[in-house]
Amino acid sequence: MDAQIIVSILISVCVASTPLLLAATGELVVERSGVLNLGVEGMMIIGAVAGFSVAQITGNPYIGAIAAIGAGAVFSLLFAFLTLSLVTNQVATGLALTILGLGLSGMIGEGFVGQPGIKMTSLDIPYLSDLPLVGKLLFGQDAIFYTSLILVGLVSWFLFRTRAGLMLRSVGDNSKSAHALGIPVIRIRYMAVMFGGACSGLAGAHLSLVYVPQWVEGMTAGRGWIALALVVFASWRPARVLVGAYLFGAVTIAQFHAQALGIPIPAQFLTSLPYLATVIVLVIIARNRRMTMINTPASLGQPFVPDR
Amino acid sequence: MVDSDDNNKELLSVSGITKIFGTLKANDNVDLIVNSGEIHALLGENGAGKSTLVKMLFGSLQPTSGTIVWRGNKVKISNPSAARILGIGMVFQHFSLFDALTVSENIALSLGDNIEMSALADKTRSVSQEYGLPLDPDALVGDLSVGERQRIEIVRCLLQDPALIILDEPTSVLTPQEANKLFETLERLAGEGRSILYISHRLEEVQRLCSRATILRHGKVVGACDPREETAASLASKMVGAEIDIVHREAGSDTGDILLKLNALTMPPATPFSMPLRGISLDLRAGEVVGIAGVAGNGQSELFDAISGEATQADSDAISINGIPSGRMGISERRNLGAAFVPEERLGHGAVPNFALSENLLLARHRSDKADFLGLGLLGMIKRSKVKILSRQIIEDMDVRKSGEDPAAAALSGGNLQKFIVGRELDRNPSVLIVNQPTWGVDAGAAARIRQALIDLAASGSAVMVISQDLDEIFEVSDRIAVISDGGLSEPEPAKNMTREKIGMLMGASHQNDVDTPNTLEATA
Amino acid sequence: MILFLEKRANYSPLFSALSPVLALALTLIFGTIMFSILGVDPAKALYTYFVLPLTDAYLIEQIILKATPLILIAIGLSVCFRSGNWNIGAEGQYMIGGMFGAIIPVYFNDFQSPLLLPMMMIMGMIGGALFAAIPAFLKARFGTNEILTSLMLVYIAQQLVDWLVRGPWRDPQGMGFPGTKSFNESAILPELIPNGDAHFGTVFAVIVAIGVWFMLSKTLKGFEVTVLGECPRAGRFAGFSTKQMTIFAFLLSGALAGLAGIAEVSGSVEKLDDKLSLGYGFTAIIVAFLGRLNPLGILVAGLILALSYIGGEEAKIALQVSNRATNVFQGLLLFFVLACDTLIHYRIRLVTSSKAGGTG
Repeated sequence: MDAQIIVSILISVCVASTPLLLAATGELVVERSGVLNLGVEGMMIIGAVAGFSVAQITGNPYIGAIAAIGAGAVFSLLFAFLTLSLVTNQVATGLALTILGLGLSGMIGEGFVGQPGIKMTSLDIPYLSDLPLVGKLLFGQDAIFYTSLILVGLVSWFLFRTRAGLMLRSVGDNSKSAHALGIPVIRIRYMAVMFGGACSGLAGAHLSLVYVPQWVEGMTAGRGWIALALVVFASWRPARVLVGAYLFGAVTIAQFHAQALGIPIPAQFLTSLPYLATVIVLVIIARNRRMTMINTPASLGQPFVPDR
Repeated sequence: MVDSDDNNKELLSVSGITKIFGTLKANDNVDLIVNSGEIHALLGENGAGKSTLVKMLFGSLQPTSGTIVWRGNKVKISNPSAARILGIGMVFQHFSLFDALTVSENIALSLGDNIEMSALADKTRSVSQEYGLPLDPDALVGDLSVGERQRIEIVRCLLQDPALIILDEPTSVLTPQEANKLFETLERLAGEGRSILYISHRLEEVQRLCSRATILRHGKVVGACDPREETAASLASKMVGAEIDIVHREAGSDTGDILLKLNALTMPPATPFSMPLRGISLDLRAGEVVGIAGVAGNGQSELFDAISGEATQADSDAISINGIPSGRMGISERRNLGAAFVPEERLGHGAVPNFALSENLLLARHRSDKADFLGLGLLGMIKRSKVKILSRQIIEDMDVRKSGEDPAAAALSGGNLQKFIVGRELDRNPSVLIVNQPTWGVDAGAAARIRQALIDLAASGSAVMVISQDLDEIFEVSDRIAVISDGGLSEPEPAKNMTREKIGMLMGASHQNDVDTPNTLEATA
Repeated sequence: MILFLEKRANYSPLFSALSPVLALALTLIFGTIMFSILGVDPAKALYTYFVLPLTDAYLIEQIILKATPLILIAIGLSVCFRSGNWNIGAEGQYMIGGMFGAIIPVYFNDFQSPLLLPMMMIMGMIGGALFAAIPAFLKARFGTNEILTSLMLVYIAQQLVDWLVRGPWRDPQGMGFPGTKSFNESAILPELIPNGDAHFGTVFAVIVAIGVWFMLSKTLKGFEVTVLGECPRAGRFAGFSTKQMTIFAFLLSGALAGLAGIAEVSGSVEKLDDKLSLGYGFTAIIVAFLGRLNPLGILVAGLILALSYIGGEEAKIALQVSNRATNVFQGLLLFFVLACDTLIHYRIRLVTSSKAGGTG
C-alpha cells in the first residue's frame, strides 16, 4: 500500500479515537473519585448539539467547542445534584441523564438537521506540517485532537503527582475515611463529575465539528458507552485509556475501509464490529479478577451521606 | 514538643456539650476537663456517646450546643484540619486509612497542604524509629496487618506534633503484647507533656494507664474518679448503672461425640486483600464451647464463611457436620444437618437492614422450616402469619426491646438486634452453633444474656464455637481455647491451662509454612 | 443554605406512594416553563398533551396499543432492577424476540394452524430470553459488567434485524422496501375490539403484571429477588445464589421483552420490517421506575408514558410543537421520580450556613 494512504488512514484513526479518548479520560477522573456516571452518552450528545448550534450561530467552531464544554459540565450538574446531594442510585440516575440528553438534544437540534456544518480546520503548524508523510499526521490536525492528548498527560500528572489528585483518589478509595480526615468528599465529587461532563461535552463537539461535521440526531451512536467500557478496560489508568481509545478507533476505521473495499461481508456485520469488540474486551478484562479488584476504586458507586 | 511548664494546667475544657441526632440525644450536657500531660480516661459502655463526644473535639461532628475551651480560649472546631491546627490529633477506632494508597500517601493526606512527598518519607521513618513504631513508607496499606495499620494512625498523629492525642478503643485490635508496647509509647508521650484522652471500656488497662477518668452513660456524665482507687466491679456498675448478671458456667462437663470436624481445611484467598485458610483441623464435641481467639483480620471471617458453606470446599471431607461430609454443601444443606450460624456483621450479613424482623427470620429459616413457612408450588408461597408468630416468640424469649409491631432490623439497637439474630438460631435448638464476634458493639446487659445462652446451649448437648477478639469473653464462655493467626489455627487447649500471655504468643504465630496453600489468585498477579 | 439528609428510622410508606405523584407534578411544572420558553401557551400545550387524548375513543385505543410493549418490558426490568441486575438492553431483546417469532411465518408463509400463534409467541419469548442470556451468562461466569454488555448487544441486534429485512428475509415483491412478506391471517394476533388497532398483547400484559406481582410479593422466589437486590451478602447467608438470580432475572425479562416484540410484529405491523426499534426498551426503564418497580404500578405507569407519546403526536398536529418534547418530558419525569424517591428513606433539611456550622 502507498505510504500516503497509510498516513491518511492513520489520521482517520486519530479522528475516530479522539472523542472516545476525551470522554473516557473524563469518566476516569469521575470514577477515580468513586462516582459511576453512566450518563456519558447523554453528556456527549448535549455537547455535540451545543457545539454545533453555537458554531452555526456564531460562525466560529472554537466558540462552539467552548460552549460544548460548558454545556456538558452544566448538564452533568443535574447528575451530581441527584446522586451526591440526594444520594439517588448512581446507575439509574446515569441512565436518566442519557435518556434526557438524547431527548433534549433532539429537540434543540431539530432546526439544525441537514444544515452543512462548519468544520474546525486543522491547525497546520507552519513548516512542520509540510514535512513529508508524518507532517500532516503529527502537526496538521485539529485543536481538539491536540487537546485530548495533552489532557491525558495532565490527568495522569494530576492524579499521581499532586496533592489534590491524591485527595481525589482517597475519596474514591474510602469516602468514610476521607470524611473523617476532613477531606471535602462531596465537593471533590461535584468537581470531578463536572470535569467529566466538560470532557464528554468536548468529545461531542468533536463529533459534530470535526468528525462528521453535521448535526444528526443520536449521532453519538453508543460512543459514550464504549468510553465507559474503555475506563474498565484501562483499569482506571490514563495511559491505558489512551491505548484503548486508539485500538477502538482503529477497529472503527478498519470496518469503514472493509466496507469501502467491498469485502463480501454484509455492511451490518461490519458496523457491529466496534460493539462486538467492546463485549469481547469486557469479557477478557473481567476474567482477570485480581487485576480488576485491585484497581477498581473501592467506593465506586457507593452512596455517601456524611454525618453531621 | 510541648512546653513542660504547662503540666497540670487545663488544656481542654468542655462544658455543656449536647449533640442531637434526630430524636436521639447522643450527648447531653457533657462537661470534661483534660489537663496538660495527663492520660485521661473516657469510660462508658457501647452506645454511651464516647465516640460522638470525641468526634466533636476533632471537628468531624458539630455540637448542637455547648462550648469548647482550648488553652483558655473559646474555640469552634469546624473540621478536622481546624482541630489539627489547634494541636488535637486523633487515632480512630475504625481506622481512617486508604487501602489502595501507600503509607506515606496516607500520612500526607492528614497533614498540611504543602508537604513534600520525598521529605515526608524521611520524616515518617525518623518518627517511627524514634517511638519504636517501625513502618515502611512505600508499602500499600491494604497489605498491612491491623497492628501495622494502627502504627500508621499513631505516626500520622505524631507527625503533627499534637498537644492532645485522642485514642478511641485502641487495644481492641491488638495482641496483649502489642497493647503493652502501645502503653509504653503512651506513657512516654505523656512524659513529654502531651495530653492523652483515652477511650475504652476495658477497666484493666484504664487502671494501668490513667489517674483520672470521666464516665459517660446514655450520653450523660455520671461521674469522675481515679480509676486506681476503684475496683473493677465498682467501675462497671458506674458505667452500666445496674448490676449485670454474672455468666454461670458448670466446669468440666463431660463432652460427647464429635459434632463438627474440620479436617485440614484449606482455602485460597477469595479476594486480593483477604486471608487464606491454612490446614485448619479441629474436633468440636457435644457439650463444649470452643473459643477461637485472635486479632481481627487473621482469617476469622474466612473461617466462618468456610464452615457456614457461604464459601464451599472442593474436598467434601474438609468439613463434617454430625459425621456427614459436607464440604461441598451450601449453607442451606448444612443448616438442614443441624448447624446454625451467627455472622459477625449484623446489618448486611446476618440481617437485611431495611427488612422487618419477621422477614429476617425467614431469611435464615426458609429451608430448615420449609414445611411450616412455605406453601406448595414451584415458587413457594410464604405463610406470613406463621413467620410472624414465630418471630414474636423469639422476641419474647430473648427479651428483644423494639418499637412497633414488626420493625425494620436497622431500627433496633445493636444489642437488641443481636439478641434477635442469636435467638433466631437458638430457637431451632441446633446441634452445632458457630458464632462470630457474638457481642461486638453490644451493651453489657445484652452481652451477658447472649453469653449465657451460648453456654446453656452447650450444656444441653450441642457443640458451640465462639470466634471472638474479646479475650474476656473467650475466657468467660470457653471450655477449650484455640488461637487463629495468619489463617492457621493453634491446637485447642483446655481453658484452665491457657493464659493471656500464652494466647498473645500464639496470636503472633505464623502458619505460612504449615501447608502448601493453593494461591491461585496470587499466581495471576 | 445547605441541604442535608437525615435518615428515617423506618421507610416512609406515605412518600413511597406519593413520590411518583410528586414527580409527575414537578414534570408538569417544568413542562409549563418549557412551553413558555418555546412561546406556546402552556395551558393549551399541557391540555393537548395530557387531557385531549383521553377524550377520544380512538386515541385511548392508541394509548393502550402503545402501553402494551412498555408494560411487558418494564415488568421484566422490574425483576432485574429489584434483584440488582442492570439489564438495559431490553430494546435488543425486544427486537430479537420479534425476529425469532417471525421465523415460522417467514419460512412457512402459508402454514396455517390454530397452534401457529402460540408457537410464534413462545418462539418470541425464547428469542428474547436467549439474547438476554448472553449478558447474564457473561456476568455470572466472568463477572463482566452487564450494563455495558447488554447495551452493546442492542446495537448488534439492530444491525442483525436490519440485515435480515434488507437481505435474506426481504419480500421480493416488496418494491425494494425493507421488510418481510406480510403474515397470513392465522399469524396475526387478534384485535382487542373488532376492527381496532389494539391487539391481544394487552391481555398478556395484564396477565403478566398480575402473575409477576404475585410472585414478587407472595412467594419465596420474590423474597429471594428482593433480598439479593437489597443486600447480596445477606442473600448468600440465606442460601440464595447471586449467579442463579442473574440468570433467572435476565431470562425472565428477556422473555417478556421478546413477547412484547413478537406481539408488536404480529399484532401491529403484521410483518417484520426495519422500523421495529422505536426505543420502547429504553422508555420502559422510565416506566419501571415510575411504577416503583411494582408490576401493578407499572400498569399505570405504562399508560402514563403511552399518553405522553400520543399527546406528543397531537401537540405536533395541533400546536406545531416538536414531538421531541415528548422525550424531554419522559427524561425529566425519570429524573424527578429518582429525586423524589429520596424522600422515602430520608428527611431533607435545609439549614442556613451559620446554623449548619453549629454553635461554636
